Amino acid sequence: MSTDTPTADGADTALAARIEALEQEIAALKAEASNDQKKMTIVATQGSFDMAYPPLILASTAAAFGWEVVVFHTFWGLDILHEKKSKNLKLSAVGNPSMPMPNALAALPGMDSMATRMMEKRIKENGTATIEELIDLSLETGVDLQACQMTIELMEYDEDDFYDGVTTGVGAATALNHMAESDVQLLV
Amino acid sequence: MSVEYEISETLDVKGLSCPMPIVKTKQAIDPLSAGDVLEVISTDSGSMSDIRGWADGTGGVELLDQKEGEDGGDAVFKHYVKKTE
Repeated sequence: MSTDTPTADGADTALAARIEALEQEIAALKAEASNDQKKMTIVATQGSFDMAYPPLILASTAAAFGWEVVVFHTFWGLDILHEKKSKNLKLSAVGNPSMPMPNALAALPGMDSMATRMMEKRIKENGTATIEELIDLSLETGVDLQACQMTIELMEYDEDDFYDGVTTGVGAATALNHMAESDVQLLV
Repeated sequence: MSVEYEISETLDVKGLSCPMPIVKTKQAIDPLSAGDVLEVISTDSGSMSDIRGWADGTGGVELLDQKEGEDGGDAVFKHYVKKTE
């Protein structure tokens, strides 16, 4: 049998190799399609005390489900990841329809601090985790907490201002890619 | 109801509220071996639905039983989660 001219045997071998390659490709696609690993991407845009909780609670719980979780923090959402600011997030008393006081009263100096202190006390009494605990827990359980690079610069923050383990140097395109791959996408 | 399983470990999350009972349960069950049963004791009434939801949505664990009881006047919720793989 000559090796430099195509023979019936050679064509069979090439065909068999092609079939094998395609079978492997199908098996890989099937494995990918049946992969029940879920993914969630949250975009966190708010930095008030009450708005810091929902993304952190959902992220740490999703991590307990074994999901891959990304939380992309932008604008005031950055303050959640800011080591100093995260310990001093405020509940806004003004314009908050759930606060049991009129806006004229809520706008008085010191009202935000008072409302925040009241909520912090309630949180302690209720056995609810602190924001810092939820951040530590999220990082510990593999949640990817990302800080938007454009808003880091806009707010004149430094990369060192954030908790260790926070991902920096990411932007809208990164967030979009994660969202496109996710089963759950939320904007908070 | 007869207890047909042996408890391997007990996790006390009394006083903690959502999402800590779930997160702590996950952390406590990870180092266990297949076949082990984790008992979770909580005072969070939401844990009845949440532990069930977590067990349903998570591979490798099975919720065997849930019990409501009382401890010194406080409602206590007990969950029995088996690690299956």
